[in-house]
Amino acid sequence: MLHDAVLVCRKDLRIELRAKIGLNQVAPFAGAVLLLFGLALGPSRQALEPAAAGLFWVAVLLSAVLAVQRSFAVESAHAARDGLRLSGLDPAGIFLGKGAAIAAQLLVLEALLTAGVALLFGARLAGGIVLVSSCLAASIGLAAVGVIYGVLSSAARVKETLLPLLFLPVAAPVLLGATKAWDDALAGRAGSSGVWMSLLAVFAVLYVAVGTVAFGPLLEDT
Amino acid sequence: MMLRRINSDGALRVLGTLALLGMIATVWLGLFVTPNAVGYADGTVRLLYIHPPLAWVMFVAYGMATLSSLLYLWPRTRHPRFDHLAGASAEVGVVFTGLTLVSGSIWGRTTWGVWWAWDPLLTTTALLFVLYLGYLAIRNVPGDPETVARRSAVAGLVAFLDVPVVFFAVSWWRSLHQGPTVNLATGKSYVHGSMAWTLMLGFVSFTLTYIWLMAHRYRLAVLRDREGDEGLEAALAERWAEAVR
Repeated sequence: MLHDAVLVCRKDLRIELRAKIGLNQVAPFAGAVLLLFGLALGPSRQALEPAAAGLFWVAVLLSAVLAVQRSFAVESAHAARDGLRLSGLDPAGIFLGKGAAIAAQLLVLEALLTAGVALLFGARLAGGIVLVSSCLAASIGLAAVGVIYGVLSSAARVKETLLPLLFLPVAAPVLLGATKAWDDALAGRAGSSGVWMSLLAVFAVLYVAVGTVAFGPLLEDT
Repeated sequence: MMLRRINSDGALRVLGTLALLGMIATVWLGLFVTPNAVGYADGTVRLLYIHPPLAWVMFVAYGMATLSSLLYLWPRTRHPRFDHLAGASAEVGVVFTGLTLVSGSIWGRTTWGVWWAWDPLLTTTALLFVLYLGYLAIRNVPGDPETVARRSAVAGLVAFLDVPVVFFAVSWWRSLHQGPTVNLATGKSYVHGSMAWTLMLGFVSFTLTYIWLMAHRYRLAVLRDREGDEGLEAALAERWAEAVR
């Protein structure tokens, strides 16, 4: 299973490295979202700085929708999904591999956005361990939910509108937990973010487990 | 078995009549018989007889939808009837969630002074509303009936799993809502006398209404299925007759 996961993850990341859709479209989109937040709330730093964590995570969530859509657009072109299904790879492995690839892309995106909020909103980066570990847990959770709903909605002709409707409400706890953990860390209270970190961890474990079990039947269906 | 019995015309009519009578009695008791409680803005306590029952039905409906999804996914109990049941229950659940939000909002305006407050129960309910709208959207994605049923069952479970996570997340975030009126775990009630009876009647009549609505939706789904099958058979027979002629 893990071997298959590594194969699928490497395949997806290699496609991303060559096509550079993430770098050329998703990352600039996330940047544009930050700029728009700045225009909507700014220019006063007093308004932007306290909101930095929340705006950061909303930008991540919106970009995650695009990353998931991209991950399944790759499979729907040239009947690649049939190839994947016939490849004999363990469905759980495919789920973990696609999830890991999306999580890796989200982490890169989060690194870029972190620089963005520090630069544009004047957020003072503190509590590095909490910032990094919440990014890690949140990315895994978002990627897991994203892959489950990605495959569920990929059968629909209206997948562009269906995926955000399914994905964003389920991801609400991640938005809340990650924003609160970041708020605490940025305000220099990294010690009090424990409950939010555990929420992010529970979410990630829950949906990785569900996806590992449920992905097989869903992949056959689409 | 139980479903088949509920599904007969006569039983449905009796159920509908009971639900209607229960509703009328609840409205009459709630508006004219029960006293106005101290500590509430004028008359708003009467929302007590509809708001908790609406929320209760919402949970029953989603619980039913989840149970049916589980039964559909379990290979031994897999049957299209559980898929229809999940769909019917979730549809009614979404309607009751909308009503819970509206009645809660009106109550909030009179007690807290705002139409909307970022209270855990309220926020969770709003997210539930959107979650299950998504579930209904995925049910409408066309495909082979078995595929659609399996896809919907998984989507139903994924949505339901999110509910406790959302609830705890939002509870840690903030808390403003008044405590539950009836503690379901201990059976202890915080209202007494005619108020308690009216509330209990509210619970019963709203639950009956839910069952009645759900049975109708379920019947519609079964009939739609049958129409598809029989329509296909009729078309085949017609084509066959033409060929023989």
